[in-house]
Amino acid sequence: MREFFESYIVPYFNFWVYVILMMIGMFAMITKNNLIKKLIGMSIFQTAIILFYVSLGVKDGATIPIYFHEHKEESHAEGTSEDAHHKEEESSHESVGPGILTDAERKQAHLEAGDHTPHGEAAGHAVNPDEFTNPLPHVLMLTAIVVGVATLGVALAVCQLIYREFGTLEESEILTQIKQSNHG
Amino acid sequence: MGMRILGFIAVFVTGALLTYGVADFPKWGDPHSPANAGEVSTYFIQNTKADTHVPNIVTAVLADYRGYDTMFETVVIFIAGVAIMAILRVLATIPPGHQPVQYDPRKKIAYDPIISVTCRLIVPVIQLFALYVVAHGHHSPGGGFQGGVILGASFILIAITSNLRSALRRFSEKRFIFIACAGALIYSGFGLTTLLFGRNFLDYGVLSKIMFDTDEVMARSHSMLGVEIGVMLTVTAIMFAIYANLSSRGALRGGL
Repeated sequence: MREFFESYIVPYFNFWVYVILMMIGMFAMITKNNLIKKLIGMSIFQTAIILFYVSLGVKDGATIPIYFHEHKEESHAEGTSEDAHHKEEESSHESVGPGILTDAERKQAHLEAGDHTPHGEAAGHAVNPDEFTNPLPHVLMLTAIVVGVATLGVALAVCQLIYREFGTLEESEILTQIKQSNHG
Repeated sequence: MGMRILGFIAVFVTGALLTYGVADFPKWGDPHSPANAGEVSTYFIQNTKADTHVPNIVTAVLADYRGYDTMFETVVIFIAGVAIMAILRVLATIPPGHQPVQYDPRKKIAYDPIISVTCRLIVPVIQLFALYVVAHGHHSPGGGFQGGVILGASFILIAITSNLRSALRRFSEKRFIFIACAGALIYSGFGLTTLLFGRNFLDYGVLSKIMFDTDEVMARSHSMLGVEIGVMLTVTAIMFAIYANLSSRGALRGGL
């Protein structure tokens, strides 16, 4: 049991959560009678997919996909005692996480990764892709959230229109009203 | 009841299939999974700085590499706002017997000095923060969509804490429709300008010719800011339009 837990649940935790959330949303969309509850289910479904994508972009020991600002050159130029202290602080800070590497470490990691891209070299700034989380899922989900807001807004507007027309948001009652008006 | 059982069976089968596939996915945080070690995201991480001078890779990918996507995303938002206004706003005036309920805001909502004063103090801060999120979107998490939503939320806060009428006095219907159009036009205007210089649509580099003291790479960074401002305008206006129409059933009077 413990072995199963450690090999199938823990490394894939994000996928389990997304499957469960997505099924909750789908169940609400299929079985709920109230249109607003269906919409809530749709939102849960969308959130599950957003979670899925964003969790795909996670890398161990990587930081957010924003480049570090280079103020090391400036501190080299000055070199006062206060500055040395500052540098010391900086270097101790640098050893904290694998996301923040010194230049030498960065170069080493780059060589180990074995990719020499002309662009990175030309900029004089070799970037190791393992340092930053994958930006692409973030961008895709940013737009997916926007589409989610747009669809939710339009759906709520349609719900208001339905309520104004039928006086109810229960699907079964709306269907009987439509059937009656068709027969009569 | 039968629907519930049928739905449960459908959900159970789908869920079982999805969990069956879970073991084939990459492990949590694996830097060498196909999605993370793929050519595209590696290219973005390694070359964004040289290509655009923008530290925030997400902003650069959003506004430059995937500029078409974002432009039509803005158009999606715009169309959603127009659709909501078409669904609710127009019909609200048609039926003469169906008069929308007219609240007297002062009677309906008790005036609360604590809420009112807090809101008055906090709204300028929220709006300033929204502008910061947009303007600083190159260097920190942020950008047009996020800043636009925050700015729109500040107007919604006014509408919630006092009433819809005082929010509409600051941001009238005519104004938010105009601003929504302006935002979408700013974005596509950047694309058109690049076309006029003989480059591809939304290939910002050529705009260095009309920007003061920039090279091709820096022009991309500046154009991204302009594009993000367009996105912000549209999102702000449409967020408030959605709220105003939904809360007042399209009458833009009374409201919650």
